[in-house]
Amino acid sequence: MSIMEYNGGSVIAMVGKDCVAIASDLRLGNQALTVATNFEKIFPVTDRIYIGLPGLATDVTTLRERFRYRVNMYTIKESRTIEPSTFAHLVSSTLYERRFGPYFIEPIIAGLERNPATGELSPYIAGADLIGCLNFAKDFVVAGTASDKLFGVAEGLWEPGLEPEDLFETISQTLLNAVDRDAYSGWGAIVHVITKDKVISRTLKGRMD
Amino acid sequence: MAVAAAAQTGFDFSSASRNAYLAERGVKLPNATSTGTTIVGCLFQDGIVLGADTRATAGPIVADKNCEKIHYVTESIRCCGAGTAADTEFVTALISSNMELHALSTGRKPRVVTAMTMLKQHLFRYQGHVGAALVLGGVDSTGAHLFTIHPHGSTDKLPYVTMGSGSLAAMAVFESKWQPNLSRQAAIDLVAEAIAAGIFNDLGSGSNIDVCVIAPEKTDMLRNYIMPNERVQKEKTYGFRRGTTAWTAEKIRSLIINEEVTQVGNEAMDTS
Repeated sequence: MSIMEYNGGSVIAMVGKDCVAIASDLRLGNQALTVATNFEKIFPVTDRIYIGLPGLATDVTTLRERFRYRVNMYTIKESRTIEPSTFAHLVSSTLYERRFGPYFIEPIIAGLERNPATGELSPYIAGADLIGCLNFAKDFVVAGTASDKLFGVAEGLWEPGLEPEDLFETISQTLLNAVDRDAYSGWGAIVHVITKDKVISRTLKGRMD
Repeated sequence: MAVAAAAQTGFDFSSASRNAYLAERGVKLPNATSTGTTIVGCLFQDGIVLGADTRATAGPIVADKNCEKIHYVTESIRCCGAGTAADTEFVTALISSNMELHALSTGRKPRVVTAMTMLKQHLFRYQGHVGAALVLGGVDSTGAHLFTIHPHGSTDKLPYVTMGSGSLAAMAVFESKWQPNLSRQAAIDLVAEAIAAGIFNDLGSGSNIDVCVIAPEKTDMLRNYIMPNERVQKEKTYGFRRGTTAWTAEKIRSLIINEEVTQVGNEAMDTS
């Protein structure tokens, strides 16, 4: 047994046209025993940044609080909200600090990045391994116990330039179908679609077995 | 006071005992992303050409199809990284930062041997636990230099080098074709061929070829110099009809701030 499979759970993020989506399942398990079916692994960081933290549940909670603290400190010191690319490096260095005793989390970041010159918002997603090696993808990033399956399904379904509503369908179907082939993920899902003017969060129906 | 105010630096080992306990109980600890990697470097008449593939792997899974393995150290020194991806990323960033400070304090352009010494001392201190295998190349006041640095801190200085899981495939190309005083284009072609040998013959390497040419007057980073594995257009689209996915709850958070200004009283503005 690997410690990453102890509680189960998966997260995926995708880029669309002027929008991003991030989704996760809702299962919390104690190995094969399902303990809760409302365990959200995605948390808002700012209005336009969300972070998904699949992995060991104790570290999900610890890291959520550490990132909240560090983002608050950044906001106070800099007198401005953090941008996704900056936040990604904050996440990366927080994880690498524990290179020799890591948190068992593979974070995924999704947000809209503001261009400082033009003020335009552009999609930004990034993934990291458990010691903070960043992966900037132009299409999608996956993590968690269903990551192998998510890679396969996303590679087949994702296409460039999806509108928010179409991106919702693509990410939802990718997650739902991948998670159905993973014993440690599932039991419903939540999807956040971040656009310029709103964030749409939808809870999905899923198999309960 | 100075001690208390000083920022915490270095690694935090506070979870190491917890993780060691888990390992002792037979829990397998997960492995980090590594760059299977083919990285190379060779000398040519004016300077150094570095090359790298762009695949990052997590076990048998391709984690990143187009990552950057040629890291910036200084304007005229660059470093290719193989091994544990996070280690190559952070060790080069750390040394790059210290090289900049060194350049500022000495007022001179920093030398390649300086970067090499800083890297090997850092890696030796961690006894191979910082898993970075590097190809360091650059040009300074003493000429062009090319080094390989192993995770335990040993170094080599050679006219042509390869590292990573594709090093044998790449070295086969160098051993048969490299010669002294190559022209710039011949060196770029040779490096690209060596990386291609790694991409096509080593499973740990793949995707695109990155090249970096370091000459005394300027450095050219040729990102995705050759893309021999581009994905072809999908024959059909696999979009879903809107409304395919059943959902049970929806919450929409509006990010538009509506502001209504209500004037209280009707005093004229004080312009005195």
